[in-house]
Amino acid sequence: MGTIWFCLVALMIGMYVLLDGFDLGAGAIHLLVAKTDDERRQVLASIGPVWDGNEVWLIAAGGTLYFAFPALYASGFSGFYLPLMMVLWLLILRGASIEFRNHIHSEVWEPLWDFVFCASSVLLAVFFGAALANVVRGVPLDASGYFFEPLWTNFQVGEQTGILDWYTILVGVLSLLALVMHGSLWVQMKTSGAVSERAAKLGARSWWGVLMFTALITAFTLFGISCNAFTIVSPLCILLSTISCFLFLVHLFAPTFAPARLTI
Amino acid sequence: MSHALDVHRWHFAFTITFHYIFPQLTMGLALLLVYLKTKALRTGDEHYNRAARFWARIFGINFALGVVTGIPMEFQFGTNWAAFSRTAGGVIGQTLAMEGVFSFFLESSFLGIFLFGEKRLGRMGHWFSGFAVFLGSWLSGFFIVATDAWMQHPVGYRMAANGTIELASFWDLLLNRWALWQYAHTMLGAVQTGCFVMAAVGAFYLLTKRDEAYGRTFVKAGVLVGVIAAVLQLFPSGDAQGKMVAEQQPATLAAMEGLFHSEQGAALVILGQPDVEKHQLDNPLAVPKMLSFLTYKKWSANVRGLEDFPRDQWPDYIPLLYYSYHVMVGLGTIFIGVMALAALLLWRGKLYESRWMLWGLMLCVPLPYIANTAGWMTAELGRQPWLIYGLMRTAAGVSPRVGGGNVLFTLIGFMGMYSVLAILWLFLVWREIELGPDPDESRRRSAELPLAAD
Repeated sequence: MGTIWFCLVALMIGMYVLLDGFDLGAGAIHLLVAKTDDERRQVLASIGPVWDGNEVWLIAAGGTLYFAFPALYASGFSGFYLPLMMVLWLLILRGASIEFRNHIHSEVWEPLWDFVFCASSVLLAVFFGAALANVVRGVPLDASGYFFEPLWTNFQVGEQTGILDWYTILVGVLSLLALVMHGSLWVQMKTSGAVSERAAKLGARSWWGVLMFTALITAFTLFGISCNAFTIVSPLCILLSTISCFLFLVHLFAPTFAPARLTI
Repeated sequence: MSHALDVHRWHFAFTITFHYIFPQLTMGLALLLVYLKTKALRTGDEHYNRAARFWARIFGINFALGVVTGIPMEFQFGTNWAAFSRTAGGVIGQTLAMEGVFSFFLESSFLGIFLFGEKRLGRMGHWFSGFAVFLGSWLSGFFIVATDAWMQHPVGYRMAANGTIELASFWDLLLNRWALWQYAHTMLGAVQTGCFVMAAVGAFYLLTKRDEAYGRTFVKAGVLVGVIAAVLQLFPSGDAQGKMVAEQQPATLAAMEGLFHSEQGAALVILGQPDVEKHQLDNPLAVPKMLSFLTYKKWSANVRGLEDFPRDQWPDYIPLLYYSYHVMVGLGTIFIGVMALAALLLWRGKLYESRWMLWGLMLCVPLPYIANTAGWMTAELGRQPWLIYGLMRTAAGVSPRVGGGNVLFTLIGFMGMYSVLAILWLFLVWREIELGPDPDESRRRSAELPLAAD
């Protein structure tokens, strides 16, 4: 039974990464590919009808995790207390910026929300990557099954870990690059003219970054952290790293064919 | 530890109180939108469709804020109340997950269709999408109330060998008697918020002599639905819930009523200030024997006072609980009076000219928000010192490794962020009201001119 739920939660998180991935990516490249108000409306219109539906996968995954694995939910959510709260703030700001941007037409209103939209999307992409890296790297569970991670300690993968260390930051950057590529391909497909062209160029360029960082981080994950020999190398961890690699592979290839199926 | 516990409680209380500003309006408005769309369908009058479109815009703003402030609620069960989640996640995770998956899907996808698909859908299709939004939001409400009802009155569970609580019967959880009455009471409260807001906007248009046709429609819809909801709120839903509290949480009832000593033929206190140290109520204004009658249908029935219960069973913020309850009941009574009077004037055909009544309706607009908040405070403070009534103490439910300093940091963060959201909310809703229901594009544009640069 546990295995079925595990696969279901993994599927839901995977769906979330895939679907909200492209609108997070579109947000991250928003200011880069769209310069005028008209162009920015194009980017927003491409994700406008779907972004909240995509976010439901996060809520669904969270809810399923809650009742299927209450102990994991409890210890994970309380252990990652600070970054999760920041993710919430970013999600709130991002949601508000998409919803409220087009309510008023003014030289100061739309650019403000465009900036908030872009910045929160970039930070969310990095945070989600760092979160994944924390799970792969492992956390210092105490005897009762709880832990608490400060935001950072000395940026080393050592005895007292923090949310941010060199490894998790690297994965955060990879996550940003992957979502930039993902979002670029989405924007390229869903818009036309200058925006689409800029997105195509950005997508092609970021592909090299994704390739390089994936190779680098895969090597670090396999050899680097286990050399530090601190982590709980349990079967679960190995499974999770396999899934994470798989997700990154999906990321690499999915956007080229997936959007056609995902368009509602 | 007790300091951290208090900050954790403030954290949840603050975020949930702010969050509930939005769902209470959207759940109430959803019903009124169905009312307007039905009117449009039956009369074939485009006026009602334009009225529905205007309220759908206000609904949309509130819905968006409800969603973004709602996600932190689900998260906090894990972040701040980890020990509780670990123990009871197998039960309340069910209803919370169902809320997330079903209702939210139904609500947010059909809201998109309702807001943007009117031209493509046709009359019946658009009515149906509005009905689906109503259904989704009310279903959401049910799953949330069922979760809280289980914490108030746990049913359908069994204790597992490892100390966690398992779900024994899914239907017992959903059909919990407490959940059904609490749901009725909660939804009637939401309907009244929707009605008072709609009537107030209508009264504002009539008083300022603009969009008067819409003003009359809004006042009429708000008063007609509002008077029914206000009466049902007191009886049977409020009455039944009071009796359930008396039966299942007798110490809570005593604290709500400010009753320290057990009494045969206990009086119903209207006003007064509880003094928890001296075990007495200062400056009481009370109706003799009324509490006994309302609770047990017998004038001389014995109502147990707080002194009948061990001190560690007393709710821990008795004065706040007492005031919340009295504010809720007092305002509920005022709503019946205001709505009944307005309905009488409507029936006599004098409501739209009675400026004093329109002023009254307009100024009432904050009151249902206060009443709904006070009602939830009564329920949640009344449950104390239990997190799951009779099973788990609130102090046992917090995250053991999350310190008070970190929680205060995020509480302050939420306060700052929600202040910004509150200002945005007031500004954007006010702007929609100011622009008005008239779909005349040139007027919308001209209203935008002072801000627009081009």
